[in-house]
Amino acid sequence: MASKVISSTIRRTLTKPHGVVFRRHNLSTAAAAAATDYEDESIMMKGVRISGRPLYLDMQATTPIDPRVFDAMNDSGINEYGNPHSRTHLYGWEAENAVEVARIQVAKLIGASPKEIIFMSGATEANNTAVKGVMHFYKDTKKHVITTQTEHKCVLDSCRHLQQEGFEVTYLPVKTDGLVDLEMLREAIRPDTGLVSIMAVNNEIGVVQPMEEIGQICKEHNVPFHTDAAQAIGKIPVDVKKWNIGLMSMSAHKIYGPKGVGALFVRRRPRIRLEPLMNGGGQERGLRSGTAATQQILGFGAACDLAMKEMEYDEKWIKGLQERLLNGIREKLDGVVVNGSMESRYSGNLNLSFAYVEGESLLMGLKEVAVSSGSACTSASLEPSYVLRALGVDEDMAHTSIRFGIGRFTTKEEIDKAVELTVKQVVKLREMSPLYEMVKEGIDIKNIQWSQH
Amino acid sequence: MMLRQVAKKALGLTARQSTPWSVGISRSYHENVIDHYDNPRNVGSFDKNDPTVGTGLVGAPACGDVMKLQIKVDEKTGQIVDARFKTFGCGSAIASSSVATEWVKGKAMEDVLTIKNTEIAKHLSLPPVKLHCSMLAEDAIKAAVKDYKDKRVKTNGAAAAGETTQA
Repeated sequence: MASKVISSTIRRTLTKPHGVVFRRHNLSTAAAAAATDYEDESIMMKGVRISGRPLYLDMQATTPIDPRVFDAMNDSGINEYGNPHSRTHLYGWEAENAVEVARIQVAKLIGASPKEIIFMSGATEANNTAVKGVMHFYKDTKKHVITTQTEHKCVLDSCRHLQQEGFEVTYLPVKTDGLVDLEMLREAIRPDTGLVSIMAVNNEIGVVQPMEEIGQICKEHNVPFHTDAAQAIGKIPVDVKKWNIGLMSMSAHKIYGPKGVGALFVRRRPRIRLEPLMNGGGQERGLRSGTAATQQILGFGAACDLAMKEMEYDEKWIKGLQERLLNGIREKLDGVVVNGSMESRYSGNLNLSFAYVEGESLLMGLKEVAVSSGSACTSASLEPSYVLRALGVDEDMAHTSIRFGIGRFTTKEEIDKAVELTVKQVVKLREMSPLYEMVKEGIDIKNIQWSQH
Repeated sequence: MMLRQVAKKALGLTARQSTPWSVGISRSYHENVIDHYDNPRNVGSFDKNDPTVGTGLVGAPACGDVMKLQIKVDEKTGQIVDARFKTFGCGSAIASSSVATEWVKGKAMEDVLTIKNTEIAKHLSLPPVKLHCSMLAEDAIKAAVKDYKDKRVKTNGAAAAGETTQA
């Protein structure tokens, strides 16, 4: 494998114009400033100069491909290139076998039968298919959808689309710890409710919803229960029977698999019917036509297999790192708030708010750590993250949140470095912050009349 | 993957030859903005109650932007001799207020009122979505000057009242 890498790199070097290193600078003034040449390994991108690659602590956005998954994908890529739907020759049979093996691996992870797994291009497609497909199928009798205010954008957008088509949608509010109020859910269900869609683990704040109880309520009222489990599978134990799930969306690139593949679990007993989004040759039980992305699917299957074997160990490792991160920061700083419930939470997601410090300026200072923020400045509009707003976080705290994502490959040193950098930047920004100064003087910020404009 | 990195380094390639699309996407920071963030000038506070100091506090935490700009004025000449700022806001807001403190130093109060947000924005190459940061900086300058003038009126008024009562 090492020789392959080196030889491919050499091949690439020899075919490129070598020696002329194109440095990409953003703006013309930067070109003038670049007269001071940094010949070392520092990277200049988007006006930011950093030495070396940043620490990756954004596991909720995506995860690096596990090398074992990479091996599983590429072993077959060169020679086994057949279309899995070709019935007539060996190439097709091989590819179909491979896809079926992957299907079994995915099904085992969630406690389902392989016949209930439909491969798709990702969790977004799965969410779209579930929400729109189910409601379109039952549109004569069922007009109502229930979801939460903290769902992923693709679910919320699909619901908005349904609203434009004439369906009714209830967006359930969440409590301040991010969990759904079960009584409100019970009351919201109507006789014409066609779907309840509640995500298992929230991508922004990491809280785990009470899935068993929600499944129980949906069973009582005989409403299909859809969940976006992209952040949940392979990380917390998922059992579609115990949770009474009717439909579940999954994504490969959140569990150390490749991007561009995911799956939808569609229950067969009792059968959930839905209208496919992709029409064509009727592949994947007619629910998703199109040639299966064999290599990606193999990767997905391998990732699920590994996740099943390593879930317990990963959980212990990540929990330890989360405590290290939180305690490290709390020892040196005050005014740190964890967004979302601490008890019902996936340990790899830590969303913190630092009082009196604005999120985007903190991110600018944390350029050696790859994290993301829920602040307004980082979105295109000036609105803070809708998830934090749904939690009822004060507006000034909503601007200060940072999401740290910890994963299988995160090391103790990375966490220690992240703690050190974060503390340093927060202290520096608090020195620069008029709000912190006012608080130190004893002025109550909430009582000031601000001059808005 | 690590091997690839090592191999690349050994052959003299680094990650610099990445996407050609790093130009002009909305999230690029101009070097000036980064410079003001890394090396902020004039961060700090004067005593609010000092009669030679004018304090402008603008913005709102709910919008994610609060700027406090303070100017120290020489009473005899009406010139601003020193300025300090503190900002709760994004990198562009910090840079805008830092630039504002630099530009007001050594100028007469009437001159600084003519500083326009468009000039600050141009100096920092702010993208359209960040123009409000420069607006806030302009507001902060005006508020600081107004505060100083109000204070002068008050102290002059008090002095006049003091004289009359003494007499």
